[in-house]
Amino acid sequence: MLIFIARRLGQMLLIMIVVTIILFTIFEFNKMNVAGQVLGPYTTEEQRQLWLEQQGYMEPAVGRYFEWVWGVLQGDFGYSHQLRVPVNEVLWDRLRMTAILGFWLFALMIPLALLFGVLSGIKEGSLRDRVISIGAVGTTSVPEFASATFLTAIFVFWLGWLPGTSGMYDGWDTRQIILPVLVLLLYGGGYVVRMTRASMAEVMNSQYIRTAILKGLPYRKVILKHALRNALIAPFTVIMLQLNYLLSGVIVVEVFFAYRGFGTLLLDAALFGDIFVIQACTLVAVFVAVLSYFLSDIGYMFLNPRIRVS
Amino acid sequence: MSDNPTATASARPSRIMGFLRSIALLRESWFGMIGAAIVLFWVLMAILAPLLPLYDPLDASVRLVPPGGEAFDGGTHWLGTDNRGRDVLSRVIWGSQRVMVWAMLAILCAYAVGITMGVLAGYLGGLVDDVVSFFANILLSFPVLVLYVLIIAFLGASGVNIVIAVTFTTAPIVMRIVRGLIMDLRTRDYVAAAQTRGESSLYIMFVELLPNARGPLIVDVCLRFGYTVVAIATLSFLGLGLPPPEPDWGMMINEAVELGAHAGHVMLAPAAALSSLILGFNMMADGLREISLRD
Repeated sequence: MLIFIARRLGQMLLIMIVVTIILFTIFEFNKMNVAGQVLGPYTTEEQRQLWLEQQGYMEPAVGRYFEWVWGVLQGDFGYSHQLRVPVNEVLWDRLRMTAILGFWLFALMIPLALLFGVLSGIKEGSLRDRVISIGAVGTTSVPEFASATFLTAIFVFWLGWLPGTSGMYDGWDTRQIILPVLVLLLYGGGYVVRMTRASMAEVMNSQYIRTAILKGLPYRKVILKHALRNALIAPFTVIMLQLNYLLSGVIVVEVFFAYRGFGTLLLDAALFGDIFVIQACTLVAVFVAVLSYFLSDIGYMFLNPRIRVS
Repeated sequence: MSDNPTATASARPSRIMGFLRSIALLRESWFGMIGAAIVLFWVLMAILAPLLPLYDPLDASVRLVPPGGEAFDGGTHWLGTDNRGRDVLSRVIWGSQRVMVWAMLAILCAYAVGITMGVLAGYLGGLVDDVVSFFANILLSFPVLVLYVLIIAFLGASGVNIVIAVTFTTAPIVMRIVRGLIMDLRTRDYVAAAQTRGESSLYIMFVELLPNARGPLIVDVCLRFGYTVVAIATLSFLGLGLPPPEPDWGMMINEAVELGAHAGHVMLAPAAALSSLILGFNMMADGLREISLRD
């Protein structure tokens, strides 16, 4: 078990190192464009060259690479040329906003998706199962910005209950976070429902559940004590991997609702060519993704003794 | 061309019949049938777009006409017009052509790369496998959309770059699937027979092994095609997609979001079109999987 964890940690480290090298190399090939973006389109080649030298971007690459990585390790991500502040000043704030979004998403998604998945999987092929399954296929088939469109049309244009943008310029407003969470919930939740259903259906068809029912245990007890325990192992992994999806989905949803989180920061930086912000956001995103893979593997091993032994 | 004309002549139709038969199998799953019907509808729309009696998708007339409103020439804008006075119905239908053509190109490219890498890694193993798998792992550790944004941000937004971006994100997944299949297949007797015959590795990989791995790949293509359509639409929604003014579902939504309530019809139409197409692909893939598991 310890060897396994150590090996996975080593892999994580290796991936992060390669990603930093890739990000740094991309920047090296785009230096001139970056200078052009910062100084404006009507600057000459020499002016850009001069700016790059002033900023210290013409020093030997290897040295700057280590300097940058060292800075990142200490929590210093460099300077945003678009916003004209250190990346740190915006990054953590934006991450906090996205974390709030993610918190509400998971707080609602886990209980709801597991409940619907289990209800659907208990009796495969029943009417309830069909309705829930088709509903889940439906919600996962609708891309985030399309479901955001539908929900906006209903709740903002038609009923007028909720605001259509979530910029939160006058401080925190709970009403503005409802639609973003709902959109992410529909897409991500549908997927977890399908996985939970599949896992539950498999368990319900197994020999030991049939034995439990045949020996006369109350149905409620069979489900709660015998079936759920095994059926919820697979969804756990899926839920952890949703973190990775969240980082993709959040970009679309934040842009749609103009929510000022991590996603809009990355997209604005990408459209402008704000190199250090792009690097910082990508690093954070990959780190969270890799960490979620790691945690889901560890958790899976912890929950499933059969894997732990072998 | 061939010294045995009867053999090739009979091989052709039987292969086509085999393909048709596997499509006809979908009949056994009503779920898959509905999906296939939806997909077929959009494919027909994409092909027939130039023949349908539609307004020019780029022609401006009266701005923001509501659905069913009358056009200046006496016709009807069935889905209204957008903020530049372009017919929404026409743009949605022409948009299906654009998104499908690019998705097809991107998928072809991604599968070509993914299959080649997967076959090489699965059959040769060893160092080749290690290197290919390592790079696939790196690419897969990026959240998908972050990788898309990163690639497009540095290469610039254009059709070719979207194909490249899709290849980078999809090929590793395809490679993993193919690699697994090939590793399973390479221990079969017919491979050993080919090796004994002295066939080259290339021949064994692409003529002996690959055709036997096609089953799971066909289901995967359906799903992956849907994802690619979403990815292309999402990128144009984010402003990183194909350049305007040609109609594009993602871009239509993007343009309409800023206009608010009175442009509701402009964003609902492409959103509904996109959702139905993806739903079709997912249902078709579900149906195909169900059937392939049954056999």
